[in-house]
Amino acid sequence: MSEKKPTLPGNEFLPSIVVDGLDRVFAPFNGPNTIGNSPIFWIAFLLVALVALAYPAVTTPFRVLNTTGYVVWIFLALSLTLIWGYTGIFSFGQTAFFGLGGYTFGVVAKNLVQVTGATNLALLAAVVLPAVFAVVVGYFMFYGRVSGVYVAIITLAVTLILELLFGRTAGPQYTIGAAELGGFNGMTNIPSLAFGIEPVLVELDPVPMYYFVVGLLIAGYLALRYVVNSNYGYVLIAVRENEARTEMFGYDIRKIKLQAFAIGGAMAGLSGALFASWNNFISPPVMGIVTAALPVIWVTVGGRQTILGAIFGALGLQFLDSELAAAGSEFSVVALGVILLGVILYFSDGVVPAIASRIEDRIGSSPDESVVLEESDA
Amino acid sequence: MSSGTRGDGTPILETDGLQKTFGGLTAVDRVDYRLPRGDIQCLIGPNGAGKSTFFGLLTGKLRPTGGTIRYNGEDITGLMPHERVRRGISLKFQTLNIYEELRVSENLRVPCQRRDEDTRTLIEEVADLVDLTGKLDQPVDTLSYGEQQWLEIGMSIAVDPELLLLDEPTAGMTVEETERTGELIQTLVETRDMTALVVEHDIDFVRQIAEQVTVLHNGEVFRQGTIEDVAEDPEVKRIYLGEEYGGD
Repeated sequence: MSEKKPTLPGNEFLPSIVVDGLDRVFAPFNGPNTIGNSPIFWIAFLLVALVALAYPAVTTPFRVLNTTGYVVWIFLALSLTLIWGYTGIFSFGQTAFFGLGGYTFGVVAKNLVQVTGATNLALLAAVVLPAVFAVVVGYFMFYGRVSGVYVAIITLAVTLILELLFGRTAGPQYTIGAAELGGFNGMTNIPSLAFGIEPVLVELDPVPMYYFVVGLLIAGYLALRYVVNSNYGYVLIAVRENEARTEMFGYDIRKIKLQAFAIGGAMAGLSGALFASWNNFISPPVMGIVTAALPVIWVTVGGRQTILGAIFGALGLQFLDSELAAAGSEFSVVALGVILLGVILYFSDGVVPAIASRIEDRIGSSPDESVVLEESDA
Repeated sequence: MSSGTRGDGTPILETDGLQKTFGGLTAVDRVDYRLPRGDIQCLIGPNGAGKSTFFGLLTGKLRPTGGTIRYNGEDITGLMPHERVRRGISLKFQTLNIYEELRVSENLRVPCQRRDEDTRTLIEEVADLVDLTGKLDQPVDTLSYGEQQWLEIGMSIAVDPELLLLDEPTAGMTVEETERTGELIQTLVETRDMTALVVEHDIDFVRQIAEQVTVLHNGEVFRQGTIEDVAEDPEVKRIYLGEEYGGD
């Protein structure tokens, strides 16, 4: 069996101590199930992280606020990458968990912030409740042996039903403590994130909020890399590739799919909570069909079987959409559709894998090969 | 071909009155079957005899209409497929069933990592058994068809089963590959304390590996015995080849 490390592109320009150090530090996050495993990649990663940290110092608060808004949606895209890209469960209704997370955050935060001044519990509840809801929905689907396109239909139906239900919550009778759900007008005055216990409270006004979501994104990216390259990640991929074969190795595929779906629900819930706290407002259309289609488009364009694809797909297309809208175009959604079609026709695996493949071809060696058996067991 | 059982003759697998109907069609009809521990036995029969349905019932893919399945004395009739695998039953599917998008080592990693031993060592050990040591880093679509079949056999034994079910393991193989597969199955059974039940059409292959043969016909056990007895049986010839080629 080959024990060799891959011939990594550009490593010859780096001192061996740097190569060894980066290899050692990032070893748990490396593996053939993620794009970019070389020291050069990790240097680029650190540089991008530094640029992201310096960003608020070189731009306007308005842009920082906007960028934060883009980043909070990335967690929704990542949730879809985990369950669709890696596990093969095509959910068309991740926005159900996003919306539930946002509303949960709003209700808990509006009630508790007056007492504790903080939103710690609200954020926790906004992650836990969508995860529990995902377990309930997932239990009926996966233990009922529902799969393929029927999962997409059921999840889409769930998000549309939630949109309808929350849309009918207008009036004072739909008030939970201090939180009025507000029907189609939505829930207003949702508190921004604030952590701690009085009197030691840290309120996340725009710049700290930016640092918080970027920090979460980096942590989430690394955590996902660790998971998909671990034994557990291989089981997720095995379920995606061949359920019957995987079951006959002794894996309970219903349970594995349910776990992945619940983790995806929690991530989507986190995304919704961050959105509600950033926007100080949430309304039922976040669970509507247009919003439900967005993560599917982002992930498909970026590359559904890559974590980087979800990040760049979500970030790039939101930016493009926003710029087109700012330029006065009324057809930004049409532009999204055209991009989606183009990617499906010419880069069926997504833009990020296509770019990675080009880089690999130019350099003449794969950064991802020969590491299948490297120790990355979780 | 060897005769007699390698083990102590105690059954590892028993079915009593096992039955499966699909609407009005009885695919498996009250089959009583005993498989002694340590044996290699074959299940043969013409198309539609109920062999694959019988395997489906043993693995848990299908739920029986009636009867029971006992494995090592335990009633496993109601268990899910993965629960049966965890008790020691493994299956090589009829059609090639591997992870086509993954490399050889990744295909072996998925079953190997279920065990408590070092995954890397296990992968190397299994690859060595199925002659794929030098091809671990290759995508599986670069393997020949025979090698892909061996890979799946390797994947099936990677979970360390006591009972290996092989559904037409030599389908599509060359004569040399078929012979090598027979040797592989015999080696596995002898060195790994396994029992094997094989569905097969190739009578030469059956002759190479099996102690006992069971002929299924119309979902029922039609004949049981050594391959010589069964192959010479005019009634067996008749159901395989039609009335005009049969005996009296």
